[in-house]
Amino acid sequence: MNKLVFKNSLKMLTVGAFVSLSALASPPLAADSFKVAVVSFLTGPAAGPFGVPGRNGAELVIDAINAGSMPAPYESAGFGGLQLEAIFADESGGNAKQVAEYRNLVEKQEVDAVLGYISSGSCMSVAPVAEELQTLTIMSVCGTPRLFEDSDWNYTFRTQAHAVGDSVAAALYIRDQLDDVKKYNGINQNYAWGQDSWKFFDIAMQQLIPETQAADNPQFPKLFSGQYGTEISTILLDDSDLVHSSFWDGDIEALVLQASVRGFFDKKKFISVAGASAVDNLGKRFPAGTVIGTRGEFGILVREQEGELNEWFINAYRERYGVYPLESSYQYAQSVLALKASMDKSVADNGTTPEKDQIISAMTGLNFTSLAGDVSFALGEGHQAVHPVGYGITAWNDEKDEPTVVDVKVYPAHCILPPPGQLSEDWLAAGMPGSDC
Amino acid sequence: MQTAITVFLDGMTYASYLFIVSVGLTIVFGVMKILNVAHGGFYAWGAYSAAYAIGLAAELGFPDWFAFILIGLSSMFVGIVLGVLVERLILRKLYEHEEVIVILATFGLFLVLEDFILLVFGVNPYFAYQPMVFLGSVEMGGIFRDVYSLTLLGLAAFVAFACWYVLNCTKWGKILSTVIYDREISLAIGIDVKAVFVWTFVVGTMLGALGGAYIAPTISVAPGIGIDIIVLSFAVVVIGGMGSIPGALIGALMVGNLRAIAVHKFPEFELFVIFAVMAAVLMVRPEGLFAPAKIRRI
Repeated sequence: MNKLVFKNSLKMLTVGAFVSLSALASPPLAADSFKVAVVSFLTGPAAGPFGVPGRNGAELVIDAINAGSMPAPYESAGFGGLQLEAIFADESGGNAKQVAEYRNLVEKQEVDAVLGYISSGSCMSVAPVAEELQTLTIMSVCGTPRLFEDSDWNYTFRTQAHAVGDSVAAALYIRDQLDDVKKYNGINQNYAWGQDSWKFFDIAMQQLIPETQAADNPQFPKLFSGQYGTEISTILLDDSDLVHSSFWDGDIEALVLQASVRGFFDKKKFISVAGASAVDNLGKRFPAGTVIGTRGEFGILVREQEGELNEWFINAYRERYGVYPLESSYQYAQSVLALKASMDKSVADNGTTPEKDQIISAMTGLNFTSLAGDVSFALGEGHQAVHPVGYGITAWNDEKDEPTVVDVKVYPAHCILPPPGQLSEDWLAAGMPGSDC
Repeated sequence: MQTAITVFLDGMTYASYLFIVSVGLTIVFGVMKILNVAHGGFYAWGAYSAAYAIGLAAELGFPDWFAFILIGLSSMFVGIVLGVLVERLILRKLYEHEEVIVILATFGLFLVLEDFILLVFGVNPYFAYQPMVFLGSVEMGGIFRDVYSLTLLGLAAFVAFACWYVLNCTKWGKILSTVIYDREISLAIGIDVKAVFVWTFVVGTMLGALGGAYIAPTISVAPGIGIDIIVLSFAVVVIGGMGSIPGALIGALMVGNLRAIAVHKFPEFELFVIFAVMAAVLMVRPEGLFAPAKIRRI
């Protein structure tokens, strides 16, 4: 008898616990909230330099907008009057897992929109599913131009300009700021981002500085391989005077550590397209004199830039997380701001609580203010953002005892990206018509 | 000539690295017949422990050379703690099960070790460059090489010699050889096979951790560093023959040197060459180049 009572109690307890847990896992959506999944690398090698700073950037801006504590033009509380409820998901695990996770977020967790994604592989895999599930999706970091050049998407937007802009701006900076570059080589990770980055940089260099020559042995080590001794030797042996790299995450840090000891940076000029996180992480170990980019007006490049929004972001981020916001912090925050601007515009246009189609309509072709510059959805039928991209040279600020960037030059979007309706490769091959920088 | 010297040194350095990280894997397989996927986790724990200890020592003002002692201590600490815990709590319960179950268990363990790293060390990278900077660089073949990477050659030679000496010149080596050839006969003649397994696994774990600890000063120690190394180690061990220490050495030398040639002359084939070598060897000798002879029971 006692056994039976115990068994029944256990059953009831189990059912009760299950119901409670279910309720906790999927809280009922309040009518005045908008649920968004923020996806970034929370584990794996990309978490430290990209994923977690990105997540934090989104979280900070979401909380501030919900509370109405952001400076103008985002001082009104909420997103079109709605409170944004964020849930955070991990981008690690590969493309197949991301597709499954995306379905889970939309179909089981019933999010109204998905925001984020760092890897180009994730973006390319998720976009068709977003279309199938008709869910507003805002890509934050990924760079491949193929996302909107191979297909048109109704539900997908990207607030980060694509990789062609980074490569053309790099070539422009070399033309404007570096003397005596005769031959250049590259070390880029062996996947879509690294291959594309080198390809576009090479074409842009040939168009902008035709007297320079590319080395015939550009290096493409495996992503996250960590050991670059042989590649460093190969480049040290050739007569190139500039080395291009789109390394990011721990790879850029390993490369810099291994190359520094071998005098690599004394012999070669080095341009890093996306390695700015290493400048902060390595401190004095990061070589001064490196040309560094952040794929926009982000991170260390705009750390000294005046402006109410930018200063607020830097100070609030440091206060909350104890470190400077990195490139991805800005990129994720930029996606949140695009959502805020669209939802506010939707309310202004329609006078009602924003619906999905109204938000998409408001976001298409939108111009909005980001933390340190303006952004416009000018490409991809109004779904692909363009914005300026800057480069500068690393230095050490003795006064503040921290790294800094000097000689910053920012190139406007029309100089570094193709006009609407033109494919990047065709535009580059045609000599970048319309680019007058 | 300049290129030839550079290719040779690059190849030998990479081969040394491959040998150090794969020898523990092959020892464990040779003695215990366990394909230990968690080896990558031990590598990562070695790297994290060393990086943390070296960083702390630098903060506390210890001299840079002290890092070498910390590398050794970290490897031993990880090897003893994780090795004993894993063998006692997990593997011992699985010896009678099919190999595939054991592989799945070690794969699960690998994931747990990876997540445990996140829990203990977080997601931000650790740096332990002090010993690499301390040793500086030297000009060889017309370019500067970091001395620290060159010391890998010495470490690999020491590990190879120690393995050979223990297996061939000590009583412990004879016991190991007996267990490798036949576990049942070993039991019958009074060998404490369980103790042999514990010690073997601790040594294998220690070698995996040593690989990570020694490499830590040259890399950004970040989550996920153990994933790639397990794939590379498997390739080396499969080429040389599962369970063969000379096989691991030859496999590492082949992969290291062919990869160096590829990077210098055909960089687009860098990744391909490692697995092309493995495929070629397996086509000719499916059991690998130096797989220990198997007893056929009649």
